[in-house]
Amino acid sequence: MPVKVRIPTPLQRLTGGKEEVEAKTGTVIEIVNDLDKQYPGIAERISENNKIRRFVNMYVNEEDIRFLQAEATVVKDGDELSIVPAIAGGISQ
Amino acid sequence: METIGIPRSVINEIIDHAKAGYPDEVCGIVAGKEFSSAHLYNMTNTENSRVSYFMDPGEQFQVMKDIRERKEKMLAIYHSHPDSVAFPSAKDVRLAYYPDSLYIIVSLAGDIPVLKAFSINEGEIVEISVKPL
Repeated sequence: MPVKVRIPTPLQRLTGGKEEVEAKTGTVIEIVNDLDKQYPGIAERISENNKIRRFVNMYVNEEDIRFLQAEATVVKDGDELSIVPAIAGGISQ
Repeated sequence: METIGIPRSVINEIIDHAKAGYPDEVCGIVAGKEFSSAHLYNMTNTENSRVSYFMDPGEQFQVMKDIRERKEKMLAIYHSHPDSVAFPSAKDVRLAYYPDSLYIIVSLAGDIPVLKAFSINEGEIVEISVKPL
C-alpha cells in the first residue's frame, strides 16, 4: 500500500487539482523529492536544500515531523503525510 | 469593490478576541459553507507578540481536519493589529499561503476597532467590503 499525501489547496494547482496523491514509502524528504518528479515545482515550495521550509508544517498521520525525526522521518506503507502551510504574519520581519 | 456579508455575531466575536488578547496579536479561522453561516475558531498565537503571529501548528492541523470532516471551507483567516492600521503588512503578504481564503485584519490602533477583509493572491492585495448581516 503506498503512502497517501495530502496536498493543501494552494499547492493543488501543481497536482492538477488533486487533494490527495500517492507516493512510494521513504523518508519525508525522499517523498517530497519523489513528488517533484510527478509534479514539477512542488519540492521547491515545500523545501529548500533538502530541509522543510520554516513556514511549512508536515505531519505523518497525526504527528508533527518536528517531534519525530524531521526530514528523516520514515513514512511507511499506509501512512498519511500531510503538507500544511503555516498561518503567520506580522509587522516584524 | 466586492462585498461579503458576515453575521454581526461573527464580527463581534473576532473583535472581542482581538481585545481580549491585547496588546498581543491574536489569530483565528472563519469556517463554514458560506460567510452567512460562518463560525469561528479562536487559535493560539505561539509568538505571544504584539507585532507578529504564528498560528499553533497542532491546533491548525486539527481545525483543518475538523473543517474537512464538516465539509466546510476555511473562508477566512483573521488576525489583529494592536498598534497599526487594518491593512496587510509586507510580512502578512509574504506569508499569505491561502489565496482561496480571505484575510481579515482587526486594528485596535484607534478609538474604535476597525475590521477589514482582503484577498491576497501572489502579492496582490484587494480589499473586500464587509457588510454586517
